[in-house]
Amino acid sequence: MTKLSYAKALNRALADELARDPAVCVFGEDVGAGLSGLTPGLQARFGADRVVDTPLSEQAFTSLALGAALTGMRPVVEFQIPSLLFLVFEQIANQAHKISLMTGGQIAAPVTYVVPGSGSRDGWAGQHSDHPYSLFAHVGVKTLLPATPTDAYGLLVSAIRDPDPVVLFAPAGALGVREDVTTELAPVPIGSARIHRPGEDVTVVAAGHLVHDALAVAEELAGEISVEVFDPRSLYPFDWPALAASLARTGRLVVIDDSNRMCGLGAEVIATVAEQGHRLRALPRRITRPDGAVLPFALGLDRAVQPGRAQLRDAVRAVLS
Amino acid sequence: MTTPEAALHYRGMRLIRSFEEQALALVRSGEIVGGIHPYIGQEAVAVGVCAALRADDQLTSTHRGHGHVLAKGADPRRMLAELAGRESGLNKGRGGSMHAADLSLGILGANGIVGAGAPIAAGAAWAALRQGSDRVVATFFGDGALNQGVLLEAMNLAALWRLPVLFVCENNGYATTLAVRDGVAGSALGRAAAFGIPAQEVDGMDVAAVRAAAEQAVVRARSGAGPSFLECRTYRFEGHHTMERRVRVNYRTAEEIDSWRQRDPLELCGLDPVQRAEVDQEIAQLIAEAVRFALAGAHPDPAGALDHLYADGLRPRAGAPR
Repeated sequence: MTKLSYAKALNRALADELARDPAVCVFGEDVGAGLSGLTPGLQARFGADRVVDTPLSEQAFTSLALGAALTGMRPVVEFQIPSLLFLVFEQIANQAHKISLMTGGQIAAPVTYVVPGSGSRDGWAGQHSDHPYSLFAHVGVKTLLPATPTDAYGLLVSAIRDPDPVVLFAPAGALGVREDVTTELAPVPIGSARIHRPGEDVTVVAAGHLVHDALAVAEELAGEISVEVFDPRSLYPFDWPALAASLARTGRLVVIDDSNRMCGLGAEVIATVAEQGHRLRALPRRITRPDGAVLPFALGLDRAVQPGRAQLRDAVRAVLS
Repeated sequence: MTTPEAALHYRGMRLIRSFEEQALALVRSGEIVGGIHPYIGQEAVAVGVCAALRADDQLTSTHRGHGHVLAKGADPRRMLAELAGRESGLNKGRGGSMHAADLSLGILGANGIVGAGAPIAAGAAWAALRQGSDRVVATFFGDGALNQGVLLEAMNLAALWRLPVLFVCENNGYATTLAVRDGVAGSALGRAAAFGIPAQEVDGMDVAAVRAAAEQAVVRARSGAGPSFLECRTYRFEGHHTMERRVRVNYRTAEEIDSWRQRDPLELCGLDPVQRAEVDQEIAQLIAEAVRFALAGAHPDPAGALDHLYADGLRPRAGAPR
């Protein structure tokens, strides 16, 4: 039994896939030095021509990866900060995502985009603290948000093997998570949810680092309220049947979502549940960042904008009252 | 004087010209919806560059891409069917004029975003090196792309990593309606020089000159020496887009258009009139057949509107009710 950290799990997934498939390659800034913790050791092992240090040219290397993907490679692109995705939205959403349909299925674009440290990192302020998974799910780019080291490993492996563009968000708040790994690491199917803790009274939908907050709240309330912690793991495609099954058991719903409220994941989950006609025993609740939020610098202000355990606890109590 | 190359070049340019004239007619008759960006006048660039390429070489193209796609060998029948939105089109009617692609011919796609093809070409060139292939990639773009950061970033990466890329700037004088002098500080060649990329200006109405310059660039790329940059000075005889007629914009003088028409690349290529007449006749039949093929093609079934969205077959949830 070993303790596996989240960052090490991503590193191991990259190493295993680089070793397994010669078409896999990595592009990114400072990947040789392994600055963001994902790529240490990979360049020494696989060479600088497969683990490629790029200049600060995000738009070019994002589409360069697409061009390589169209001609037989399986590139993984690392972005050190989530807000860079705004810069390369054109290259991902407008080029890579669309090319399969626009060419009438002539070509696939198997590019994986990995974003370590998405969301708030203490003191990184307005332009480094976004968690923009909703944008990609909205467009329909496959969007993954693993919560644990084993899921991080398994989803990254699946992303690399997937024939379509996939964005994997590794939340800053989850990078410190460590896990006892007793079984062999394995791929996790894209589009499969995971119930981390079964419960009877309320389903809490949480993704990424918020899964750990949801588990902490569930533990705290145990004996008083039985909370089921539902982790979609993959936001697009979303495992709607699994959510329906969970709600059939609990009949109550709280969604906690670390993105802005308007058009966010919380809105989507609640709208879908309403549309599907689930007979909930209480009005659903969602906890999100505010509409249009920008994370302020001072730590207290930063925390005030993010969804947290206290709000979750209150929401769970509210749907049970 | 007539050479076998002249016959080949003329045929290529005649095919594009006739295809475009036919496409314009189909836009006017409503068979092609959404309009097109006509390439008429610029044929020498596509034909000259593609004549220097091997069958397994690749290219990325622009929103004004018909010439490049045809010059690389696309079937004009399926190409016209694509413009008409038919299932029998190159892209099964899913791409249309601005996204025409034929991967089997190395055509990685026309592109609706100015400059966006350049880094894709650089990536294909990077993959060629990784795969131990000596194929090269040409990327076409207009003078408007000279101000797109992503093009300059791609030029930097290509020069830095000695990627086998031909950057082909089709300077037709206008970025939509904005004249080059009002849009480009410095020069096209200066952009390339800044990255240490060998660059030359070419008469883009002279197909032999374009081909000669492209051949040099291909040799250089294939030998591992890295990218080259060609600035082809050319002109589009028609508007930016067929929509232009409707809004009656006026940004070019009749004198200017006439002066460029005097240098029509089909007239300049040096094929004698007898041989030209033979080619004209052959191409006329080919285009007539293309029209029949295109218009006979079935329209795609609306139930398949999202087919091919994902290579793994993922079906998106339905939105609008049927």
